[in-house]
Amino acid sequence: MSESHGLSEKRFESLIGTLLRAGVVLAAAVVLAGGVLYLKKYGGVKPDYRIFQGEPIELRSLSGIFGDAVTFHSRGLIQLGLLILIATPIARVAFSVVAYVSERDWLYTAITLLVLGILIYSLTSA
Amino acid sequence: MNGTLEFTLLIAAGSFLAGLLGSLTGLGGGVIIVPLLTLVFGVDIRYAIGASLVSVIATSSGAAAAFLKEGFSNIRVGMFLEVATTVGALCGAYLATRIPTAAIAIIFGIVLLYSAWTSIKPVTEVPIQETEGRFARLLKLDGTYPTPEGIRTYHVRGVPLGFGLMYVAGALSGLLGIGSGAVKVLAMDRTMSIPFKVSTTTSNFMIGVTAAASAGIYLRRGYLDPGLAMPVMLGVLLGALVGARILPEAKVRTLRIVFSIAIAAVAVEMIFEGVRGNL
Repeated sequence: MSESHGLSEKRFESLIGTLLRAGVVLAAAVVLAGGVLYLKKYGGVKPDYRIFQGEPIELRSLSGIFGDAVTFHSRGLIQLGLLILIATPIARVAFSVVAYVSERDWLYTAITLLVLGILIYSLTSA
Repeated sequence: MNGTLEFTLLIAAGSFLAGLLGSLTGLGGGVIIVPLLTLVFGVDIRYAIGASLVSVIATSSGAAAAFLKEGFSNIRVGMFLEVATTVGALCGAYLATRIPTAAIAIIFGIVLLYSAWTSIKPVTEVPIQETEGRFARLLKLDGTYPTPEGIRTYHVRGVPLGFGLMYVAGALSGLLGIGSGAVKVLAMDRTMSIPFKVSTTTSNFMIGVTAAASAGIYLRRGYLDPGLAMPVMLGVLLGALVGARILPEAKVRTLRIVFSIAIAAVAVEMIFEGVRGNL
């Protein structure tokens, strides 16, 4: 990456690093909060993961997870934390798009947009 | 096992160990978590893969932040190859919803054997290429990295084959819930003539994005259980953090050999249970 215009490479890399760390910390905090609520509620119940059932719809769709999490349902809150975690690398890619645009590096803008498109597709429509 | 509390604490402790060993040996937590959950705790392999994927995103993102500072990662190479790994990850995650779980267990065992082997075989540096390659020029892939003798430039070669191997690495990641760092390093280091340290750090940088592509599908298919993913993610993350902290003082060589033998035994067990149809 050239130093002449846009973000310098060093600054770009340190911003990406901060973004990744912040995303992981936030995700872990939300998962932990949800986990505490979850254990308070279901701590005595016997879990069963031997038989695969799949998760109910409110824990699979983005709108369902948000709806469940804002009412402080423990499982929804954990799922929201996991969603933040999945969104962290996606935010990193989105941030890279901006950086490449600011450098007028159109080839890498296109490549990064393609990756971003694939990620958004997997989370919303796949 | 009595209740959810005991189960959760046991899973968290096991995940902590997996994260610790994964970071000390460089194998990653994913290759340990799935066998641990399926063979020891009797968890359905699809739930295990979903939980493993989120722990892979957590450790990879955390470590990438540290590696970026050191100046080894080649972000352009990572970005370009992520096209292949994310498409591969989508295909792998689709495949996981289609094929029998026994087949997933057998493929997992084979990849585990390969990872164990790459972890103990001595690292031989691929000689640095002196001339520029056609694709590398077009895509501006060549880079520099710090060595004891100062900053060195390297040329990236074998781009089409490396790109193809990255697709395979992505597919395995989506199918098995692992980072598939071993295959990623094979593609960059052996095939594309990228220096080993650049390959490993760039591979780590890509693992989070690759895993995010398949985790989205696992989430939407209902393979991501919050009660299971919670202790796995927190345990692995904490274990990896502690591992990174003690890594400079640890005697990694012996640990690697012992651990690789253990992993190979687990791999055989997974293949065996898969063939018998128990997983």
